[in-house]
Amino acid sequence: MKFKVNNKEVFASTGGRPFDKSKPLIIFIHGSGLSHITWVLQTRYFAFHGYSVLAIDLPGHGYSEGPALESIEEQGKWISDVIDSMDMKEASLVGHSQGCLVVLECASQFPDKIRSIGLMGGAGAIPMNPELLELAENGDPKAVDLMMDWAHGPAGHFGGHPVPGLHHMNLGGSIVVNGSVKNALGVDFRACDNYKNGFEAAKKIKCPAINILGDRDRMCPVKAGKKLAENIENSEVEIIENCGHMILLEEAGQSLEILKKFIRKNHPA
Amino acid sequence: MDPKTYKFDTLSLHAGYMPSKNAGSRQVPIYQTTSYMFDDVDHAAALFNLERGGHIYSRISNPTVQVLEERVAALEGGTAALATASGMSAIFLTIMTLCNAGDHVVVSSQLYGGTVNLFRLTLPKFGIKATFVKPRDTEGFKKAIQDNTKCIYGELVGNPGNELMNLPEISKIAHNAGIPVIIDSTYQTPYLFKPLEHGADFVVHSLTKWMAGHGSSMAGILVEGGKFDFMKTDKFPTMTEPYEGYHGLSFAEEFGPVAFTMKARAEGMRDMGPCLSPQNAWNVLQGIETLSVRMEKHCSNALKMVEYLSNHESVAWVSHASLKDNPDYELAKQLLPKGTGSMIAFGIKGGKEAGAAFIDNVKLASHLANVGDTRTLVIHPASATHSQMDEATLKLANMSHDMIRLSVGIEDIEDIINDFEDGFRAAKKPRLVANK
Repeated sequence: MKFKVNNKEVFASTGGRPFDKSKPLIIFIHGSGLSHITWVLQTRYFAFHGYSVLAIDLPGHGYSEGPALESIEEQGKWISDVIDSMDMKEASLVGHSQGCLVVLECASQFPDKIRSIGLMGGAGAIPMNPELLELAENGDPKAVDLMMDWAHGPAGHFGGHPVPGLHHMNLGGSIVVNGSVKNALGVDFRACDNYKNGFEAAKKIKCPAINILGDRDRMCPVKAGKKLAENIENSEVEIIENCGHMILLEEAGQSLEILKKFIRKNHPA
Repeated sequence: MDPKTYKFDTLSLHAGYMPSKNAGSRQVPIYQTTSYMFDDVDHAAALFNLERGGHIYSRISNPTVQVLEERVAALEGGTAALATASGMSAIFLTIMTLCNAGDHVVVSSQLYGGTVNLFRLTLPKFGIKATFVKPRDTEGFKKAIQDNTKCIYGELVGNPGNELMNLPEISKIAHNAGIPVIIDSTYQTPYLFKPLEHGADFVVHSLTKWMAGHGSSMAGILVEGGKFDFMKTDKFPTMTEPYEGYHGLSFAEEFGPVAFTMKARAEGMRDMGPCLSPQNAWNVLQGIETLSVRMEKHCSNALKMVEYLSNHESVAWVSHASLKDNPDYELAKQLLPKGTGSMIAFGIKGGKEAGAAFIDNVKLASHLANVGDTRTLVIHPASATHSQMDEATLKLANMSHDMIRLSVGIEDIEDIINDFEDGFRAAKKPRLVANK
């Protein structure tokens, strides 16, 4: 669906069901350069099981009007604006990678609006490799190839997508390339690299949190995810074996089962 | 700093499969089953509603077939792939997923005869009409596009005449008109050419041919490029608007770069059911493991045969884009740097009668209706593969009655040439053959 936030057009997938204000809201926030497409194996389930779902395209990504927001702090505030724009009082947030930083910022800035948070492949800080950052800011497609290489574990490199016939790395890469390497991925990487408030934000969060980590994640390793979890008061950790950074796709089934249990408990439909 | 992603030859052997998820089995297991156990009612409902991935019924998907699909997607650089029972069913599935009654397609006139008949005779029964354009007539493709045109379809190197489409230019024309390009890349395989890197949006293959190589198994596949954005046009409401068959699902909105494959599987395989058997998928996988080494030999043998035929007194003409006087020579150098393939068309002096004598007297080369076997194959298209086409369609395809279609195998080149010498000798004495 399309709607306006701060007078700009925003696109969000509703998981195949019409948006229903009477149902509890879950907002899914994608990672750097990506879009709502990455959440398809989580959103449809919740949309058909009592929740209203918004898998948003951040500004300047997917089908949302640009430009991309240049800081994680702005993006966190923008998620709060999304909740307001939908005339909702609260939501649970689920983020992936950069989306986790956005979740931390939103949940710490607007604690009254956030019921629970799910963090997939998250960390308190995501410093960028300088060469990768430069490639992305210059719009070089090599940045996408490097990102896809590092983001995927064994399944991504060999195969075995949960949805028959889909190819992990080519699908992930096409989402980024179909957007803008320079104006979405480059801006996102710079925002991640600049963001230093993750652990302070985490300490302010009081709502229930779950950290879902992949033991083969090279972008936000388990060690970094556990450190973040230690800074959130009410936090659980789940580690998925043989899984890289693209947890939401590489191990879509396992990550969905963990999320189902967590959200049903902390934000029941 | 470079990505450490696997290269073509490695992907040919490994893509799509992890032994650790299959009891450590080094070879891909053949999942000879129709159906798959659900964990519980919730799991079953989620699978049927595309809320999660997995297998339901082997008409829709199968773990062995899935390995083949991911392998070909990896080799072509696609976001997704869907294997089918044959190349023709892949083409039919693709067109039926894209088009509705009342739609129109622009099609290269030089195609496999079965494909020509699909577009000329069968699809019109479903209200889908085609305009044929000669493959070299790039501007003709533009002129043929109508308001209701939904795609441009062709073979990069046309069967059997070997004329090339200028895919990069034709893709620009299609994209300016808001429609995708579908390329049958059976002749090239991804070893020689990746259409998705040159503007195509979807690729179809008869895997029966060079991809498998052994000539033992029928199989086809559709590969999606992931770049054609159905959401940016109102031409494809079945991709963008809520679909009743899945509780109001918009395939393009939910699945983006894999939307077409998801729809082709969820709707097409469900309703039409041209599924590939796991045994045939496994057979094709065996062939793909050696794709690179076979294609190298196919191409080197083909170049030697082109030279031999071009200098032969019994040959009237040879069509192969490797020849410097071929109108497609420069385009082929640009698009096919690793080789122009192993299909050769040539005309035999003495016309149809001499052609028949030649084919009846070669012994090593097999006379049959296939291409891309490891063995050398010959056929007289006008009396076999393209015999159901009328004179006007044959003319549009630039096919003559003296044409022999040669699929060069990987035998020793001297043996192939010696065999052809026998054929040419007999062709000079057609009356003796006729009396045989």
